[in-house]
Order: sequence, then structure tokens, then C-alpha cells
Amino acid sequence: MPRVVVDVMLKPEILDPQGSAILGALPRLGFDGVRSVRQGKHFELEVDEPVDEARLRELADTLLANSVIEEFTLQVMPL
Amino acid sequence: MKIGVVTFPGSLDDRDARRAIRVAGGEPVALWHGDATLRGVDAVVLPGGFSYGDYLRCGAIARFAPVMQTVIDRAGRGLPVLGICNGFQILCESHLLPGALTRNAHLHFRNRDQRLRVENTATSWTSGYRQGEEIVVPVKNGEGCFVAAPDVLDRLEGEGRVVVRYADGNPNGSVRDIAGICNDRGNVVGLMPHPEHAVEKLTGPSIDGLGFFTSVLTAAVS
Amino acid sequence: MIDSVQNARDTPDHPQPYSELGLKSEEYHRIRDILGRRPTSSELAMYSVMWSEHCSYKSSKVHLRQFGDLPQSEALLVGIGENAGVVDIGDGYAVTFKIESHNHPSYVEPYQGAATGIGGIVRDILTMGARPVAVMDPLRFGPADAPDTQRVLPGVVAGIGGYGNCLGLPNIGGEVVFDDGYLGNPLVNALCVGVMRHEDIRLAKATGAGNVVILFGARTGGDGIGGVSVLASETFAADGPKKRPSVQVGDPFTEKVLIECCLEIFAADLVVGIQDLGGAGLSCATTELSSAGSGGMHVVLDRVPLRDETLAPEEILMSESQERMCAVVRPSAVDSFMEICARWEITATVIAEVNDSGRLTIDWRDERIVDVPPKTVAHEGPVYERPLARPLDLDDLRADDPAHLPRPSTSEELRALLLRMVGSPNLCAKTWVTEQYDRYVQGNTVLAQPEDAGVVRVDESTGLGVAVATDGNGRFARLDPYAGAQLALAEAYRNVATTGARPLAVTNCLNFGSPEDPAVMWQFAEAVRGLADGCRALGLPVTGGNVSFYNQTGDKAINPTPIIGVLGVIGDVARRTPMAFGSVPDEVLLLLGDTYPEFGGSEWAWSEHHHLGGRPPAVDLGRERAVAEVLASAAEEGLVSAAHDLSDGGLAQALVECCLRGDVGALVHLDEDPFMALYAESAGRALVALPAGRLGRFTELCQEHAVPATQIGTVRPDHPELTMAGQFGVPLTELRSAYTGTLPALFGAAVGATPPGGVEQDHDVTAEV
Repeated sequence: MPRVVVDVMLKPEILDPQGSAILGALPRLGFDGVRSVRQGKHFELEVDEPVDEARLRELADTLLANSVIEEFTLQVMPL
Repeated sequence: MKIGVVTFPGSLDDRDARRAIRVAGGEPVALWHGDATLRGVDAVVLPGGFSYGDYLRCGAIARFAPVMQTVIDRAGRGLPVLGICNGFQILCESHLLPGALTRNAHLHFRNRDQRLRVENTATSWTSGYRQGEEIVVPVKNGEGCFVAAPDVLDRLEGEGRVVVRYADGNPNGSVRDIAGICNDRGNVVGLMPHPEHAVEKLTGPSIDGLGFFTSVLTAAVS
Repeated sequence: MIDSVQNARDTPDHPQPYSELGLKSEEYHRIRDILGRRPTSSELAMYSVMWSEHCSYKSSKVHLRQFGDLPQSEALLVGIGENAGVVDIGDGYAVTFKIESHNHPSYVEPYQGAATGIGGIVRDILTMGARPVAVMDPLRFGPADAPDTQRVLPGVVAGIGGYGNCLGLPNIGGEVVFDDGYLGNPLVNALCVGVMRHEDIRLAKATGAGNVVILFGARTGGDGIGGVSVLASETFAADGPKKRPSVQVGDPFTEKVLIECCLEIFAADLVVGIQDLGGAGLSCATTELSSAGSGGMHVVLDRVPLRDETLAPEEILMSESQERMCAVVRPSAVDSFMEICARWEITATVIAEVNDSGRLTIDWRDERIVDVPPKTVAHEGPVYERPLARPLDLDDLRADDPAHLPRPSTSEELRALLLRMVGSPNLCAKTWVTEQYDRYVQGNTVLAQPEDAGVVRVDESTGLGVAVATDGNGRFARLDPYAGAQLALAEAYRNVATTGARPLAVTNCLNFGSPEDPAVMWQFAEAVRGLADGCRALGLPVTGGNVSFYNQTGDKAINPTPIIGVLGVIGDVARRTPMAFGSVPDEVLLLLGDTYPEFGGSEWAWSEHHHLGGRPPAVDLGRERAVAEVLASAAEEGLVSAAHDLSDGGLAQALVECCLRGDVGALVHLDEDPFMALYAESAGRALVALPAGRLGRFTELCQEHAVPATQIGTVRPDHPELTMAGQFGVPLTELRSAYTGTLPALFGAAVGATPPGGVEQDHDVTAEV
């Protein structure tokens, strides 16, 4: 069954306090050299064939991401 | 006058919104998310809570409820709609209002008695306040940080569509201290603070919130 | 290969891992005697979990019987033995309340441990037929600046808020206490209150042969398998939890929907009995329901809706997946039941049928895997009479009187001490914590922390309401567990009366070290005896509670920490007494009770000198009754404008809190020994503010009850300073800064919070108090 991966991230100009908190915690845990952390969401969908990529983009844009503050990438995974 | 309060799975402040309507002198009507009918109400309140557990994004799923199709349609034709907290989130997800609500900048849920300034008294829900009036109303949210693109913000400010603004401290990092906004017609208002929790001296920090509910009653009559 | 009953009969000598599951050899052999054969692996799992300390109370039962022996007050509608006790509060209303612990899971996974603790206690209340209306959380952590406290505290608070807020339950009170002994053994106790009409009471029994059992709520997964018997009955090794057993993960949204669904089901009178699934999951629900009712039940385990299809039957039986309930329903009511669940989109499945066979039988894939007499699992577990031995160090500890400790003598020293005390972690403002909780939801919260008790309105038209307070003091109990338990009871009792309510019932959460340590067991026995005697003297029933043992790291047990919850009734919540000074003009300050130089176990001794020794304050329950009567009557007559009980930090702390809460100053006259007046922790005392015009009647009331009432000062609304006449004065701004700055400074930078320099800090300056 075909798999589709959608990754949703906050637009770069939107404040990401969770990413900042993670970044702040890293030196305390002994990890150096990390310059920035942004946190997003990863969706994995199993879909019926045939894969209609345009329709899936519409799904992602309507529900999985809030286009006011988020952007997404969509990938149909090779079988 | 009948004011509907929608209950989604996970809504919490629906009972309190109905109480506030009653205290204001209106007739509260319980509306179910799954029914597209508004049962003849003259205005609608989308209450606070965690509809659908805030899954995916706050209000993201509630926005597609059958009742919302009707609310969106009627709002476009002038029906007064008040979105409180989660209700504000649902209004933004529905694109009835611009912008979005994100995680509080300090990452904590915060419940405080918050001072607000009423900056637009021309909306259906704030006509009973004085311009610039300061009121104290509880805020309680974890995802209450209002954001919008700079041009959207400028337009909101320019058109006087910031309805209430945080005064004396910003509880969640909302840009330009914006606590609530309205659409261009002024019938749809969304705000993060909870006026329904400030309608009784015994249980609230003040009765300053009552004005939201009395305003819409007079708006309907006129 | 399914280990069926037949297989067990055929292979009697098959070795079984009973000791890994926590059973002793004699217990295993007793099971064999009960069954007349070896148990199947499913039966072994059920017995091991249900006979664990956490589920069977095997070490505590013999002592807890004393609560059952207390005179049953008329107000008690449901006593010990059910999920929660129920008390009549008048006008046809009943209130159910209970406190429970979730200590060990909160050490392992702070957020989920605390969250599922709330979930569990709320379900217990729901199971009684009530709408849950409020929660409270007494919390205890290691030293505030310890790295592990930085890990545990923020997660616990976020978990309580995350779960409780989403359920729509106001958090109306609790405590945050820091002490060395709780490092590695945090105490996360959760109390829930529910309201119902008398006719709504439901009980957990499966009666009526032919009725069916419906499992509804979340699907069953692998949560917390072995969590109960393994986790709660195991102390942590000194270098941290080596085992990480799976902890339960909660979904508050599902529970919120479950609450609404259940209340609709109750309103339609569709259930004969109901049980929630908590510790030991289905094992517990099926054995308890069947042993309490007609005596038998037949379960088809395959019918259980699963989240994880790879689970073995033993795992399904032991799973602690959250947000699940079992209802016993007449066949004619099943369709209506299912229709309500469908509307709320709650999974519901018939998994069993009630019978009168006297056996609980469970089939899996058409094979019988369990066939037991349910009472033997649920109610006839082992009963231990553990050895008791007075701790060897107790005499030395008691002889080490804090009277010899250096104390301030000059005004400057007293002033500096005041600021240090109010800023100390145990006495400072807990706003950083309590702001993460919703106090307003449901619109009936009349008083919430930092007030003395949480007060919730029950009836909008009459103003009928309840007041709830929780208190405990591990230091007092360490010095004298009998007196310590009574002091905790007295404090919670006094707190309820201070808000103007009349105490009615008691719940308790007894947090102790290992019962295998005779010194701990002695502390436990003494505390229970103290609590029972105390309740008898105060005329209060114990409605139920919880015991948490094994709170220790290595051989170092926590201070014995009995947490007592008291519930009271108030006829009209509009008459409640808040604590803030300055609500009316011309207030006079009175101190009720007697003050003695009692510093044993005091906050001053600990905070300033890290000293624990001597005796705790004397207990005088007759005086407590009198003071409570004065305060409750005064509220009913509308005599006092503010009141606050005295406890940790003594009079000094009470004065500071009342002034800051009202944002007004006060002028206080202390007698010859200001240090003693300010910091002694004598019991049976309260601070009262009342308009000068009411002084006559109030003094009369005090005399009627032989309660000493000493005028100690006046409130000064136009002078924002706490002034100790002839000694020193501290402006409110300075007090507030010391009082409110401590927790944000300690926890503002915890992981998950805004890191310094990372994100713009919010600049709000809203008054913290």
C-alpha cells in the first residue's frame, strides 16, 4: 500500500518557543554545537492506489497544516 | 432573545457561557456540534475548552463540524458570533477571523485575572462598554499566543478591529498584546479571555465580563 | 500455546515465576490450595497483581480496620469499601470525595505519572455516580534546588494541569512542600470531589444473573503492564530507576468524553453496577464486580477492543490502559446504553455476563484460561501482621530540642528573618505552580488556593456548598507519628472551619516507607491509631483513602507523611470567610487560641537550622472543636471579614499572607517575646479580622466556647506596611518581592520552560498574590 509522508513546520517567521526551549536545554545536557532547533509534525498516511498527489496536497493544506502559520512538504514514498 | 452555545466533544465552558447568557437576561440554547441547525437563535457563542482534545491543532477538527458549516454561512450574513478561547481558535481555523493562536511563548498553561482594554465598542458583543474601558477578566490557556502576518496586523489596527488588548502585562506573548479581534463587519468577535467567568462577584474577579452578553442582547433588539 | 485450565491440570509441576511476580512461596501454595491445581499463567498474573501491596493492602488492613470501627455518622451514605465514600450534605445532595497517590509513576515519568493520577481519582469519583467538580493536589518534592527536583516538579505540575484542565475540573487547592527525604520519592497525591443527588449513587457490584458487563472507553493496549505490583511494591535503588516499566499514558480528552457519556447513562438509569479500571485493570474490575455481586461472571476476553493485537491474554488482563470503565447492564438496557456511547463516539463492547455460579471464568480463543472464586482474588488476599519496632533513634531525636538553637534577638534580626522565611521554598508563594491550573471552569469556585480551603458551590439557588482542605506534616509525624497524624487532621479540620464551613468527613492518603521495615510499620500503626482516635474525638467518619508504601530509596524512608483531607458543608457560600485583609474598613485583628514556645518540627527550625528534633506541638482536639465552632458560627452570623488558620511559619506567615492578599498593611502588637509570638507553631489557632463594630458579639461567641481571643492589632488600608509595633516594619512591596520571587527564580529555567535569552520573557507585572 502506498505511503505518503507529510512534514509540517511552522513558517520561519513564526515564534517557535518549543524549539527554543529544546535548544536551551541541549547545553545543559552536554550537547554543544547545535545552532537552532525548530519543532514540527510528521504525518504518515497509507493510501489506496492510484495515488492522487494533487488531492493529497489539498488534504494537507486543508487539515494537516494551518496555512496561516505553517507550511508543509509532501512525499510519496517509493514502494 | 435566544443565544446558542455550541458543545463540541471536549468543550468545557459551555455551561458557564449558558449561565452568563442567563445572568445577562438572555435565553441560552444548547447547540450540538453534530447538528447543522442553529435552532432559531439570534446569536452564537463558541465556548472555551479543549474540543477534540486540541488534537492536531486547537480547533482544527471542530472547524469541520456540521454546525460550523451553518455558523460560517450565517456569520457571513451578519449573525453575531462570539468565540471564547477555544472558540477564538475555531474562528481562526475557519477563516472567519484572520491570524492564528499558537503555544504560549513561555510554554506554560496560565490562568490569571487579566486587565484588558476595550478598544472597539462598535461590535455586536462590546457595544455596552465605554471606549478605552479597562476590565478584569480571567485568562486561562496554554495556546493563546495570537500571531498574524505584519500586513494583517497593520490592517487590523488600522481598521480598529482589535477589540480587546492586554493591559498591565501580556499573559501569553500575543503579538502587539492583542487579546481579541473582530471581522470587518463587527459581528464576529474572537477573544482569548473568558468573560463568562466574570459575571458573578462570588465566583469571578469582577462582573466586567457581563457586558459581552448584555451587549449582544441590545444589539439584537435594535 | 495457551495455558488453559485444562493445561494447568495436565501439567501440575510446570514451574511458575511466582516470585518474579511478587508472590511469596506460601502465597503461591495457597493459590494452589484454593484452586485445587496449579494456576494458569493468567490466573497467576491476576493473583499476583491483586495480592500486591498496592491492591490488597496486605500490610495495612489490620491497622485500617480502626477506621471501620469508628461510629458511623448519620451523614455517611456510603462508607469504606467502595470506590469512594459518600456523605449527605443536605437538600437531597450528596458529595463523594477521595484522595489517592501516584507517587512512584511520577518519579519515573513526572508528566504522565501525575496526569494519570488525576485520571484515576476522577474515575473513582465518577464511578460513584457523581459529576466530578474539583480536584486538589498535595505535592512533595526533594529540595527545591536539587537537579532532580528540577526534573520532576515541572513535569508533575504540567501533568496535573494538562490532564485536569482538559477534563474541565477546577483545581481549588493543595500544597507544595520541599524536603530532603522526598528526593527520589516525590509524593503526588490527588483528591477529587464529586456531587450528586442521593438517588444517583451507584455501587460497584455485578448483581442479577443474566445481566451483561460492558467495557467502554479507550481501547486496551500495553500500558503499565506489571506497573501495579512491580512498580508500587519496589523501592528505587540509590542510583535511580534501573527498570523502566511501561508507565500508563493518559488521554484527558477521552476521559472528558467518558465523563459526559457516563453522566448521561446514569441519568437514564441504565446501569446496575459500575466499576472503573485503575490499578490492575481488568483483573481488578472483573474480580471486584463479581465478588461484590451475585457471585459469578463469565468473560470472553477476545471481545476486549485492543489497540495492540499482539497482546497476550495475561497482558490484556493486567493492562492499565487508562480511561476505561465496566458497567453491569440489564439486557433490555443495552441498546440505549450503546446508543449513548455511539453519540459520544465512545467504544463500548459487551465482554461478559453475570451469573450466580460463585466463579469468575474467562475464555480466550474458546479455551478456559481463568476459573477462580473471585472473592479469593479481590478480597481474601494475604493479611500480614508485620512486625513493629519503635525507631531506635526516636528518643535521641525527641531529646534534641530546638529550644537551644540560636534565635534572633534584635529588631533588625527579626526583620531579616521575616524576609528570609517568607521567601523560603516551603513558605513562599506557589503561584508559579497554581497558575498552571484552571480554577474557574464550571463557574462554581468560590475560594481556591491560596485560601485555607477550596470552596465550591453546589446549588446556585440556595448557595449550598462544600469546603475541602488537605494537610500533612512529615516533620511532625517523624517526631511523633500519632500526634503528627492528629495535627494533620486538626489542621485540615481547622482550615475547613476557617472558611466558614462545618467539617463533615475525612479521607486520607498515607505515604510511608517500606512496610518490611519494622520502624516504618510502627510509624504507620501509630499514625493510623492517631488518626482514628482523632476522628473519634472530632466526631468525623473516615470515608476511605489510600495507602502508599515503599516510598524510600535504599534503606532511607521518607518522613511518615499522612495527608488528611477534610470535607465540610457551608449552607450559603456567600457567607464564606476569605483570608484577605482590607475588604471592609476599621478591621481589628484577633488571635484565637494559645501560643506556647513550641518549635519542634517547625518551619523555622528546618529552614534556618536544618534542624528536626524535639516534640511537635501539643494536640488539643477539644480546643480544635471549639475554635472550629467559633469560626463556623461567626461566618453564619456574618461577624468576621477575614480569617486564616495558623500553621507552618506561625503567626508571621499568616499575617504576611493576609496583608499581601488584600494588599493592605497592618499594625501588630507583639508581647514580650516577639520571636515566639511570630514563629511558634502551636495548634488550635486562627487569625481573624473583623469590623470593630462586631467585636462585642464575636468576643461573646469566643467566651461561649472558651476560646481565648487576644486583640493583636489593626488593619491599615492606607499604610502599605506590615508593622510590628516597637520592632520593625516592612513595606508590602518588599514583602511581596521576597514572597513571590522564589519559585520563578528556581523553576523559570527548567527544561520545557522558556530558556534564559532564548525567547523574550513576558513582562507582565500582575500582582502574584
